[in-house]
Amino acid sequence: MIDVLYFAWVRERIGLPKEQVETSAATVADLIEELKAREDRYAAAFADLRALRVAVDQVLADFDAPLQGVREIAFFPPMTGG
Amino acid sequence: MDVRLQSQPFDYGLECAAFAARAAGAGAVVSFLGLVRDDDGRLSRMEIEHYPGMTEKALAAIAYEAARRWPLSDTLILHRFGPLAPGDAIMMVATASRHRAAAFQAAEFLMDYLKSRAPFWKKEFAADGAEWVAAKDEDEAALGRW
Repeated sequence: MIDVLYFAWVRERIGLPKEQVETSAATVADLIEELKAREDRYAAAFADLRALRVAVDQVLADFDAPLQGVREIAFFPPMTGG
Repeated sequence: MDVRLQSQPFDYGLECAAFAARAAGAGAVVSFLGLVRDDDGRLSRMEIEHYPGMTEKALAAIAYEAARRWPLSDTLILHRFGPLAPGDAIMMVATASRHRAAAFQAAEFLMDYLKSRAPFWKKEFAADGAEWVAAKDEDEAALGRW
């Protein structure tokens, strides 16, 4: 089981801040494909990966990052701090 | 090094004075304050969302990286989250060093990294609706100069 977190408009589009996902996906990209196949709201949120960022165990990562041993994945738009 | 993440307001003057008092002997202190901007008077409020856990780590990592690159005697990052009104203080940074060039550069470095590498997202609320603030290409490009 992996904790999957969503922030900002990704959270709004999917309709929840966090969920536990049972997955055998090898990479973040594979997990995204699994989620997109679930329901339209996931497909809508993940339609354009250029508009998304991902953190793996709270560290920014690439979409081809492996999921083995990972506990927490977060998806969000580009950050707007400062 | 002082890194704080909080929803409560802060007093920029008091923070600067305390930082400068601690920095006695450094020679140079630079500080920056970020406010909620209301360009055309339409903004009613702003909400800052963050990623509890990752945000603290990201802020500390950015402060450590600045201290690794410049000879700083002290660094402060203070960033708020939650509901804010136009004109409210969002965040501040301060740096102390023997000479001003390092203090100025390190403060700019902190700001550039906080903009695009700290997990905060701003949502603006106006009378006619709400909108997430989009990241700017130039903010991402600004990281390239470091």
